Amino acid sequence: MELILEQIRSHGAQTLSSLRALGKLSLFVMDATMLCFHAPFKWKRIVEEMFHIGVKSVFVVCLTAFFTGMVLGLQGYYTLSRFGSEGLLGGAVALTLIRELGPVLTALMVTGRAGSFISSELGSMRISEQIDALYTMNINPIKYLVSPKIIAAVLAVPLLTAIGDMVGIFGGYITGVVMLDLNSGVFINNMISSTDMSDVVNGLIKPVFFGYVLAAISSYRGFFCDSLRTGGKGSEAVSTATTSSVVISSVTILISDYILTAFLM
Amino acid sequence: MDTDVVIEFNNVTKSFGSQVILNRINLKIFRGKVTAIIGKSGTGKTVLLKHMIGLLEPTSGDIFFEGKNMAKLRPEERQRARSKFSYMFQNGALFDSINIYDNVALPLRETTRLNEKEIRRRVMDKLEKLEITDIVEKYPSEISGGMKKRVGLARALVVDPEIILIDEPTTGLDPIRRNAVHSMISHMQRKFGFTAVIVSHDIPDVFYVSQRVAMLDKGEIIADCLPEEIPFVDNSVVKEFIKGVENLKDELTGLHTKSQITQKFTINRAIPAESFFSVILFRIDGLDKINETLGFITGQKVLKHLAAFIESFLRVSCEHSRYSDNQILTILPNIKKMMADLLLRKLGEALKNYPPLPPEGFQAMSYTISAGVAESGDMTHIDHVVDETEKTMKVIGRFHLS
Repeated sequence: MELILEQIRSHGAQTLSSLRALGKLSLFVMDATMLCFHAPFKWKRIVEEMFHIGVKSVFVVCLTAFFTGMVLGLQGYYTLSRFGSEGLLGGAVALTLIRELGPVLTALMVTGRAGSFISSELGSMRISEQIDALYTMNINPIKYLVSPKIIAAVLAVPLLTAIGDMVGIFGGYITGVVMLDLNSGVFINNMISSTDMSDVVNGLIKPVFFGYVLAAISSYRGFFCDSLRTGGKGSEAVSTATTSSVVISSVTILISDYILTAFLM
Repeated sequence: MDTDVVIEFNNVTKSFGSQVILNRINLKIFRGKVTAIIGKSGTGKTVLLKHMIGLLEPTSGDIFFEGKNMAKLRPEERQRARSKFSYMFQNGALFDSINIYDNVALPLRETTRLNEKEIRRRVMDKLEKLEITDIVEKYPSEISGGMKKRVGLARALVVDPEIILIDEPTTGLDPIRRNAVHSMISHMQRKFGFTAVIVSHDIPDVFYVSQRVAMLDKGEIIADCLPEEIPFVDNSVVKEFIKGVENLKDELTGLHTKSQITQKFTINRAIPAESFFSVILFRIDGLDKINETLGFITGQKVLKHLAAFIESFLRVSCEHSRYSDNQILTILPNIKKMMADLLLRKLGEALKNYPPLPPEGFQAMSYTISAGVAESGDMTHIDHVVDETEKTMKVIGRFHLS
């Protein structure tokens, strides 16, 4: 009986702790979001963050998108050729990338590169008392540090997605037209005719949300790295927060992708 | 509520888990005064300081700021209260992605509407006073720990705060820089009249700049008094602590400290054989100007130079101490005032051959040495004897630093 009670107590404590963490995250995200709309706007900091989150991720996003496009071209060609429909390859590659793979892969790549950067930067600022220093200077650290990152991610991830989509389609074109001798006109014509504006718009709504999610979660994990349940102090806390921010952001992006897709279909 | 009290701790307890760091603390911080918080490492001094600015909240008890309970302040009131504070962190807490200049300018850029020209003037003024203008373009990772501390202090002072909380400003600094930092705090406090709380281990030095001292041990305040009263506090930990620093001399000048000479005076008073003695107070006028213009280090060199000369001239049994920023007090045991006058006259003659200091900087500066004599008589406190020396104070030498 005592053992059962102990188990219940332990699970109860864990549930309460998770709920507390969720509440803390909600308050943090709400605060950071509201402060995005409060003047004065930190334009210089937003541009700096866009450079870190956006510009520095261009290469990795392009590389991933290019090879994804090539694989799509390859797989799509052999699948469609079974039904004698190779001519639909352009549309298949473009729609897959614009509606689905482009936003998700870009968001995952940015999470891996910039999300970990955000988390470790804020984490090391926390353990070296730089965040406390901002409080003592009467500077709101959430407005000064977090809000510019959220704005920058919300702006940069859709732009990166658009670049990634173009590069991915180009990869598909290389495979289909250059390597597998598909007619160039057929590829492009099919791509244009099967893609409409709503696909592009839907494909750019998702990355706005993904950018918000990855910046908010990564900032939260770094900002409170020393008081998280996942444990650790000092540099261990920073590395734990960095790892968990990438994992949680990635999982959240994949889950929310399903929900968004269901709504946007 | 006493209007002179800015911050008041009322039965404040702070625990981290089962560990009690502060235990029912009662403490008052007075307006316009420098309060030193001393004690061994790990006794909760920094935790106490962080409570003052609201970085930590007490587990129980109340903290009052200007008579208002800090826990009950509305967010905007709390923000207004915090704008009166500045805090210097033990490790500097500098932003490592921006350079030193931007670090110091940050609070002005973010919390004021000053233009960049005025910001530059204020930042450079503070950096010059702390003698770190040559590192403005460097990043925190490129400078030493001591420099980081001085940058942290410059950042705390640049906003001209009403209350400044300083966490170990001189730990890890060399004696010259330590003295310079203490002198600067003292000088700026006199000039601007801010309230300061300093956590420090540098016991002899910190007594010069503080008007009140609180000693913390095992999370409890075991002494809260004037600096000169500390040696007479009836507590074994305080006595042990003071005994530990009793033999320390001011590392820069090689002189005893004010508290040591105060103790010596009291002991001499109590011993019949030592019941009469005279004192000579030497004062350097113009030292503040030298500190401001040529830097604190040069100012301290002038003091040290004079101290060495006095020590070499007078008897070995004489006790010399640094009485304030620009004063040296000498106790002459078993010497009547008449004899002390004679000795001072001879010392004044010898000062004509006083070796000059090497040139410093590009600006010629002059300073004057004055001295006064008094006999202990039946006076019971050293301050009264020092006051008496003012009556006979006269100039014994004028010098140039060029």
